[in-house]
Amino acid sequence: MEFGFTTAAYVVSAVLFILSLGGLSGQESAKRAVWYGIAGMALAVAATLVGPGAGYWLLSIMMIAAGGAIGYQLATKVQMTQMPELVAAMHSLVGLAAVFVGYIAHIELGRVLAMDTHAREALEGFAGLLAHKSGVEVAILRVELFLGVFIGAVTFTGSIIAYGKLAGKVDSAAEKLPGGHMLNAGAAGISVLTLIWYFNTGGFLPLFIMTLAALFIGYHLIMGIGGADMPVVVSMLNSYSGWAAAAIGFSLGNDLLIVVGALVGSSGAILSYIMCKAMNRSFVSVILGGFGGTSGPQMEVEGEQVAIDAEGVATSLNEADSVIIIPGYGMAVAQAQSAVADLVRKLRAQGKNVRFAIHPVAGRLPGHMNVLLAEAKVPYDIVMEMDEINEDFPETDVAIVIGSNDIVNPAAQEDPNSPIAGMPVLECWKAKQVFVSKRGQGTGYSGIENPLFFKENTRMFYGDAKASLDTLLPMID
Amino acid sequence: MIIGTPKEVFEGEARVAMTPESATQLQKLGYECMIESGAGKGAGYSDADYKDAGVTVKKTANALWKDADIIAKVRQPDAAELKHLKAGKTLISFFNPAANDAGMKAAKTKGANVIAMEMVPRISRAQKMDALSSMANIAGYRAVIEAGNNFGRFFTGQITAAGKVPPAKVLVVGAGVAGLAAIGTSTSLGAITYAFDVRPEVAEQVESMGAEFVYLDFEEDQADGAATGGYAAVSSPEFREAQLAKFRELAPEVDIVITTALIPNREAPELWTPDMVAAMKPGSVIIDLAAEKGGNCKLTVMDEKIVTDNGVTIIGYTDFPSRMATQASNLYANNIRHMMTDLTPEKDGQINHDMEDDVIRGATVTHEGEITFPPPPPKVAAIAAQPKVEVKELTPEEKRAEEVAAFKAQTKSQVTLIVIGAVLLLGVGLVAPASFMQHFIVFVLAVFVGFQVIWGVAHSLHTPLMAVTNAISSIIILGALMQIGSGSFLVILLAAVSVFMTGINIFGGFLVTRRMLAMFQKS
Repeated sequence: MEFGFTTAAYVVSAVLFILSLGGLSGQESAKRAVWYGIAGMALAVAATLVGPGAGYWLLSIMMIAAGGAIGYQLATKVQMTQMPELVAAMHSLVGLAAVFVGYIAHIELGRVLAMDTHAREALEGFAGLLAHKSGVEVAILRVELFLGVFIGAVTFTGSIIAYGKLAGKVDSAAEKLPGGHMLNAGAAGISVLTLIWYFNTGGFLPLFIMTLAALFIGYHLIMGIGGADMPVVVSMLNSYSGWAAAAIGFSLGNDLLIVVGALVGSSGAILSYIMCKAMNRSFVSVILGGFGGTSGPQMEVEGEQVAIDAEGVATSLNEADSVIIIPGYGMAVAQAQSAVADLVRKLRAQGKNVRFAIHPVAGRLPGHMNVLLAEAKVPYDIVMEMDEINEDFPETDVAIVIGSNDIVNPAAQEDPNSPIAGMPVLECWKAKQVFVSKRGQGTGYSGIENPLFFKENTRMFYGDAKASLDTLLPMID
Repeated sequence: MIIGTPKEVFEGEARVAMTPESATQLQKLGYECMIESGAGKGAGYSDADYKDAGVTVKKTANALWKDADIIAKVRQPDAAELKHLKAGKTLISFFNPAANDAGMKAAKTKGANVIAMEMVPRISRAQKMDALSSMANIAGYRAVIEAGNNFGRFFTGQITAAGKVPPAKVLVVGAGVAGLAAIGTSTSLGAITYAFDVRPEVAEQVESMGAEFVYLDFEEDQADGAATGGYAAVSSPEFREAQLAKFRELAPEVDIVITTALIPNREAPELWTPDMVAAMKPGSVIIDLAAEKGGNCKLTVMDEKIVTDNGVTIIGYTDFPSRMATQASNLYANNIRHMMTDLTPEKDGQINHDMEDDVIRGATVTHEGEITFPPPPPKVAAIAAQPKVEVKELTPEEKRAEEVAAFKAQTKSQVTLIVIGAVLLLGVGLVAPASFMQHFIVFVLAVFVGFQVIWGVAHSLHTPLMAVTNAISSIIILGALMQIGSGSFLVILLAAVSVFMTGINIFGGFLVTRRMLAMFQKS
């Protein structure tokens, strides 16, 4: 009877989780959707605690409470610009948990198999579940938990490196140990060998060796990916953490784990796909690191970058009727989102048509810019996606580029030899006037020269984005 | 060094290459300024004005040519003036180098450096010294004013108590700088303005000035003007025919025609033929700004105003800028001043004739005893527009066929995928026990649901999506909870740590998501 109750609760939670993800299709319904997710999680945890197999529930609750307190602290203190780091760090926890759960399953399996038939009958809980498995089932179980540990370990180190890169604690440039992808391939090969070994013997050693190999793969794979590709990496790790949960769900025979793991896994996979598509690159080339090969010399950029001061920008803005702002990672770095929002408020108060154009890979996390702008209280109905707004640039008086570079690079369309050729970009250079707020004359993360800065209708507004906007603000009237 | 400006010797030339204002600026660059007495008179500047600006006034041209190191003037120098040149002196002036071999040779033998203002390359950096443009701008404006002066009606249409006045119709041929200036002046006077140019890409500029662009019914790829440095190129005979036919159609309607069509280093093309003039209404006016190069209308007489038998006035003046001498002198003196700024990077009053600089190199026609005309093409070229790729219109049948083919291909790929998937599943099912298959079905369905649901998520909510999926991937806590009660101390420890970590994740993930979503608001 109790078991039936748990299963029923799982069904309800699974439905709640699906509704929770589905609700994210709109800003308003999303607010409700989070509550679905919370309710689903609470129900699942409660049902498991009262259900079969759980013991030490006091300890469990204490641990949840302690973890919850830390989670609460983290969630309330974190700056919105640090969102990518937080998400990456939390992925690493899921990965590590998956490794631990897999190890426990291994230990229990060993213990149960060592007992005689009579003793097995007396087992309860998780061990009891294991005790009823047949030979084939045990073999499958080994593969499942092996996979769970493998993915979990890759997620763990991968997320930690991604966290380090996003937080600036690890150099964000793509780095590889000598040997490059051969090392990854070697580590993957070791994992396959140990799988066969483990499948046949069930010993602890192959599992452990594989864990080390997987940890190395996670570390080395992400080290080899540059800062500009982080949106793909973070969503990919998100996907992995889901697949790890699903694999563990198989080994534990828990349908809810499987369902949720699969949901999260496919969600991350789709996000990665969307991000890759936005950069016109294949998933493989992102994972293998660095930009794809070019087919010839890049077009020479001709002309000069013309600088402008705040006064000049203010004059143009005061005269303009329509303005489009294109924020990028530079805005996040300079914490300039509220200054940008103030500027927008002032311009809108004068009846100008001000909108934001968001490229799908702007920032370091899918949707990063939207969250920052929302934090600064920019209404979401003037924040547009690339496809919605790209056609409007020719009728726009002023386009302001704040801290973005590759996503507004005309070389993607004009120069077939450019490393980013074919990547969809925001066509801001079609606006009558373009201002680029930028710290210096350097190239972007991908190290590609940007012809936009040399166009005749482009003026460079050098300086830290926040400082520049703060000097600009009083001049807008 | 000393910059001097002599009085223009050309008959009727009223412009002057230095104004009191530009002299002040030149002195800031470290130069001494000098002017011939009476040089600014035609442009409205007296010798006293110059003296007040700190300029030395010389009585005679000879004294000025002798003392000045740099001579700035407007018109192409005549033979007598060229005699004054010597090594080390720099002359800045219009020079017409393409048709002035004698002048260049004279300057070469004297060893003087000559900068020809009409040779300033058409790149954005050099716009401030582009005297051709600034003079053309004045010519365009003045052409309309001159036309109005000779036209017996209003430009703008009016309905008055005394009767209805139809608006004048103006056709501007050639939408270069002069053409665009003429369009602007004409539309602001209220005339209905049409404009034509062989370069189709200027249609947008024409429309932005308020005129209507006259399109030809003609299918040929016109060379983009940007490929020839922003100037028009010679067009094909067929194109010319189509163009003339269009003009013939317009001729009886328009009241004022302003032609500005020039092709660099060629005689002006004939665009307004005598039969078109004959078709025009009496009282109409033609202003031929190309008169100096033979005129776009062959009836034009250079520097004269004539009236044809059918009462059409044709004006062939070539001195429009000089007719607005004050304005023209101001702009030209500024062009010269900008040229000097580029020539004096140190602001120390010394010329640095940098032949590596695109603009200076392009404008220099003789340098240190060498003729340096024509210049090599500038390193910085205007970027020519990409030729448009023709997209073929598909017939409805072709479209239909394409759709069907696409649908078939899609069906095929989907069916293939389903078959492969089914075979794989069956394969797994053969080996795997039933308990596994049960879970597997759940897994596959969940992946499927996940894919369907996530596609609907708004782009702007991708970060909250990641945070929420992160929170719910902590569902792995269930595994730890199930295991915690089972077995040894090590198991309990590992499970407890897992529960702790996932606990962080659950609370952190959901809270952060809520925080983010609460920020999204409508305006």
